[in-house]
Amino acid sequence: MIGVLTQIGQGVIDTLAYLGGLAKLGLSAASYAFVAPFRGKPLRLQRAVTQAMETGVRALPILSLITFFIGLILALQAAYELKRFGAITYVASAVVISMSRELGPLITAIVVIGRSGSAFAAELGTMKVSEEIDALETMAISPVQFLVTPKFLAMIIMLPCLTTWANFMGVLGGSVFGVGQAGFTFLGYIRASLDAIVLRDITTGLIKSVMFGATITAVGCYEGLNTGGGAEQVGRSTTAAVVTSIFMVIAVDLIFTSLFFFLGGK
Amino acid sequence: MAPADVPSYTPAAWSDEAMISIRNLRVSYGEREILHGVTFDVLRGETMVILGGSGSGKSTLLRTLVGLERPTSGEIWIRGKNTVNMTDEERDDTRKKMGMSFQGGALFGSMTVGENVALPLKEHTHLADPTVDIMLRLKLEQVGLAGYEDYMPSQLSGGMKKRAAVARALAMDPEILFFDEPSAGLDPIIAAGIDQLILELKKAFHMTIIVVTHELASAFLIADRMVLINKGDIVALGTTQEMRDSRHPRVRQFLDRVPEPEVEQELDYLQMLTKDSHRRG
Repeated sequence: MIGVLTQIGQGVIDTLAYLGGLAKLGLSAASYAFVAPFRGKPLRLQRAVTQAMETGVRALPILSLITFFIGLILALQAAYELKRFGAITYVASAVVISMSRELGPLITAIVVIGRSGSAFAAELGTMKVSEEIDALETMAISPVQFLVTPKFLAMIIMLPCLTTWANFMGVLGGSVFGVGQAGFTFLGYIRASLDAIVLRDITTGLIKSVMFGATITAVGCYEGLNTGGGAEQVGRSTTAAVVTSIFMVIAVDLIFTSLFFFLGGK
Repeated sequence: MAPADVPSYTPAAWSDEAMISIRNLRVSYGEREILHGVTFDVLRGETMVILGGSGSGKSTLLRTLVGLERPTSGEIWIRGKNTVNMTDEERDDTRKKMGMSFQGGALFGSMTVGENVALPLKEHTHLADPTVDIMLRLKLEQVGLAGYEDYMPSQLSGGMKKRAAVARALAMDPEILFFDEPSAGLDPIIAAGIDQLILELKKAFHMTIIVVTHELASAFLIADRMVLINKGDIVALGTTQEMRDSRHPRVRQFLDRVPEPEVEQELDYLQMLTKDSHRRG
């Protein structure tokens, strides 16, 4: 019995320590991004732009394809139920609200985890194993400032951009069904979608996407920076970064969706 | 533990001012203590070689000196300041006076050799780009890599990587230079070249150099003094000649390359383990 309690206690302590580590890293990166430049420490914009290209622009083709399909699937699923009530024209609202409030940010985050969260862990993990992180420290260069902050900046800027694009592609996917099966014209479908959403639907999704970006960066970089010795450990860190990021993104999603629900009444 | 067998030695040719003073330094990984109270000085302008077998704690000592590991107790005085209790800003200021060459070079794989060497200059100085370029070429020339600034680290051989790493360590004109296993993984000719480079740096810049190695030939060539570490304790400290003359059994075993006696009996093995745990306790 005591053994079980000890294990549970140790698990709780480890989890809290992990979350504390993530929070410390995230806050430190945010501080280097938004506070340090006013204290004379330069912001590495060039590195952030390069990272934004990699994280954002290069993710566009795969993200477009996935969210186009998701929009189409959503339309099909919604139509299945709406048809029974003779309300198939509401398919446009169903797709656009689901995409902008939930699926746009979430699917974008999951695609970015697969592409960039894993890459952050692998890159920093390899640097850790080959003593490059130690080399930075001995040169009095903060690894967080040099390596994590550009990624952090790129992610919190690119995630909302990608999410907006994902929402648009989702609506486009839905319009294929809307035009083909629900009697819409293309412009009519788009107009129905725009009429169905309010600004709040978009902003809540975008706020969540910024938090997802911060979470994915913190988890990916934390796992990378805490990689043990050897190539095998880099693989372990990369896997842990992906699995933990997906869990953390869904947890953050739940927290913010609850906050918006209880604070905003919707 | 006080250095056994060999007395403390301060040759008249050197300044008696210690560049680094280590006092009763203890370092642990979790509950396992690696260094059990190490005390010695590194004098200004001397080359101190830290010798020891695998797992002796010599690399941990080096990592602690450059601030990559935190000691559990003890003091490290570098240029008259105790680095153990320093703030991050003070530690960074001290680090700017030090250069470190890592075992595998630790060059940044995504940057060219030139970018690697110029990085500390760009981070810590306000020098204009043309000035940085001149300094970068100068540093590469010092290590025999002139013209290699546009190469990627992956295009360099093992010896060249180490030279490039030394150039990067020299970028800020450090007063203290640390080398972790400079000859490891290199063939004897390339390794001799690195030894020669260390000697030239010492002669040209009068730097204080600390080298961790288990390569005896290299150690005796480059060292002014050496310290032998065994299982986290200093066994002997002295000049190369004093080490050669030492009668200390562990020094003799190390220098004469005598293997550890094989443990044949189960009881002997248990005694060996118990003896170690008593020492550490």
